[in-house]
Amino acid sequence: MSAEADAPPAVPTGLKSERRAAWVLLTPALGAIAIFFALPLIAALLLSLTDFDIYALADPRNARFVGADNYLHLLRDPLFWKVMRNTLVFVVLGVPLTLLVALGGALLVNSRLARMRGLFRTVFFAPVVTTIVAVAVVFRYLYHPRYGMINQMLGLLGLPAIDWLGDPAWATAAITLLAVWRSFGYALVIYVVGLQAIPQPLYEAAELDGAGAWGMLRHITLPLLGPTTRFVTVLTTVSLFQIFAEPYVMTRGGPLYATTSITLLMYQQGFRWWNLGSAAAIAFVLFALIIAATGLQELLRRRWKT
Amino acid sequence: MRALLCLLLLTACHRGSGDDRTTVRFWAFGREGEVVRELVPEFEKRHPEIRVEVQQIPWTAAHEKLITAFVGDALPDAAQLGNTWVPEFVALGALAPLDERIAGTAGRGDSFAGIWDTNVVDGATWGVPWYVDTRLLFYRTDLVAATGLPWPPKSWAAWREVMQRIKEQGGPGHFAILLPVDEWTQPVIFGLQTNAPLLADGGRRGAFRDPRFRKAMAFYLDLYASGLAPSLDLQGVANLYQQLSEGYFAMVITGPWNLGEFRNRLPPEMQDRWATAPLPPPEEGMPHPGISLAGGASLVLFKQSRSPEAAWTWLEYLSEPAQQARFYALSGDLPARRSAWKIAGLADDPKAAPFLTQLGQVAPTPKVPEWEQIATRIAECAEQVMRGGKDLDAALADLDADVDRMLEKRRWMLDRAAQPQRTAEARR
Repeated sequence: MSAEADAPPAVPTGLKSERRAAWVLLTPALGAIAIFFALPLIAALLLSLTDFDIYALADPRNARFVGADNYLHLLRDPLFWKVMRNTLVFVVLGVPLTLLVALGGALLVNSRLARMRGLFRTVFFAPVVTTIVAVAVVFRYLYHPRYGMINQMLGLLGLPAIDWLGDPAWATAAITLLAVWRSFGYALVIYVVGLQAIPQPLYEAAELDGAGAWGMLRHITLPLLGPTTRFVTVLTTVSLFQIFAEPYVMTRGGPLYATTSITLLMYQQGFRWWNLGSAAAIAFVLFALIIAATGLQELLRRRWKT
Repeated sequence: MRALLCLLLLTACHRGSGDDRTTVRFWAFGREGEVVRELVPEFEKRHPEIRVEVQQIPWTAAHEKLITAFVGDALPDAAQLGNTWVPEFVALGALAPLDERIAGTAGRGDSFAGIWDTNVVDGATWGVPWYVDTRLLFYRTDLVAATGLPWPPKSWAAWREVMQRIKEQGGPGHFAILLPVDEWTQPVIFGLQTNAPLLADGGRRGAFRDPRFRKAMAFYLDLYASGLAPSLDLQGVANLYQQLSEGYFAMVITGPWNLGEFRNRLPPEMQDRWATAPLPPPEEGMPHPGISLAGGASLVLFKQSRSPEAAWTWLEYLSEPAQQARFYALSGDLPARRSAWKIAGLADDPKAAPFLTQLGQVAPTPKVPEWEQIATRIAECAEQVMRGGKDLDAALADLDADVDRMLEKRRWMLDRAAQPQRTAEARR
């Protein structure tokens, strides 16, 4: 495709008609993209430049064009920065943790020494497909300051009880743990596939050369899992930037907004207070943020390689 | 095959008898939507020309669904509406004014004044009360009696003394009262009791720095600071009923739905050890009881209704004292009309009677569409002081600043409406 598009203008007529045919065949798909993706995107962008709210729902003439005000206001709003920080904490804590747990789990279920590998694969993947509402009920009990199992275990160790979901200092960590628990199974499956793609003879050769388990992990497994890790990192980063369900069902964003993520703030602005203009602005900021984060990862990867 | 035949027969019958009836589409929420269906058969018998179609919507989705239906021009003829939502739907222009229809009826005189008032926005009436809700004290009679102090208290100070005594007698790990940190109702009730205006200039600006509101907030926050109330939020309250039975706390400010819940969920030995009491006023000598919230649901008629006459007939039927009493029996929701309380025998129920007293002293929250957002912000302000250690005056100043910003659009709308010429010009 790209070779065709890059072709010089002086092409034989046969190719020209072929190109026309390509366009004709692409039109339905492009049309769908235009209607269901580009159009809403443009509409949302325009919406983010107005103060569209409940009054404007009554009569569109009540909406005012405010230019970049929604964005400027966001930048000046301490709540927005708090929410940004929360989201970054979710990402910065959550991504490495997910990667580590997923990789550890994958090595375990892929090891020739482990028994009941099928069972473990199912167990590790189960949280991914469990309904968040059911998960929330259980976790709320686990985290409960008086009756929770986690605090009871801390008590056995002689540690003071922690108000996991009520104390702003701990709530972010509590939600991150839940998010990691809920999503690492997915990354694990991808890692298992990556591990299985590593040719076995490499390990055999290394073993002959006298390499230990650690050496094989460092010099064979990890380097060859590079592309997998990159893929999993991007996937986890994007999904953690958009973390919504976990804080929504566990804490509704509290205490003191300690667990409000950008998406949750957007939801509250849009569908709780019907400030659709500022909700659209938040959506675009999030969009830019995710693009920037993935771009940064790509850049780091290239730096690293050379 | 037989099922198909039945279906054919049914549709045939339906076409034969029902199609020329006027249909009233009615939306009700949660449990109310379930039980209101049982009031339909008698109505349809009385009005053979009208057919009522009830749609039940879960409470959590109700507000969003109503707004999307408004935007999509898909609202029903009539619905139940939380009475704090009325101003918002008036601002949307979704409701039909009811003053002319109400003029000849007895509803107003038979209702609680504070509750009725929630339906009056900008001088017009937009809803009729269906059932009522207010907050008062549910408490453990044994723990309160053990203090030996006068009860019910006549002022905040006397009330606080009782709580202090309960705390001392209960020892560590026990509290006097449960006030979920993230509920706005408690600080707002205390504010209404001190006659704090909450909003100033006809709902144009926040008035939370007012000394009356500050006093209310200080009283409320002190209950946490002095350890009389645990700093739990709603999610943290694992099992209210178990905790009350254990004596983890001795009082809670809550609403009428808990009359039924307490009866069902508290163990038998607790049943003669709990009671309800109206809220105390801030100072002795102020009218007793202290003011509480005028909550509940109203019945509204939508402007887009295709058959407003039939819909109004249905709403009038639901407002009849006899139907209200039946609805109470079905749902446990307290009737909005005083005469229905007599029919239902509620006035003689010692645990429900304090609600009747309290309902004589209820006030609506400020009637601006932004109220829910403002209320949430008030709870946050309290939480900032309580959990975040913020200075109360600074927190109240920030609250006012944020509320002013939320009301910016409303100020603009009001100012524009105040200049009729320019508005007319803009409309052309």
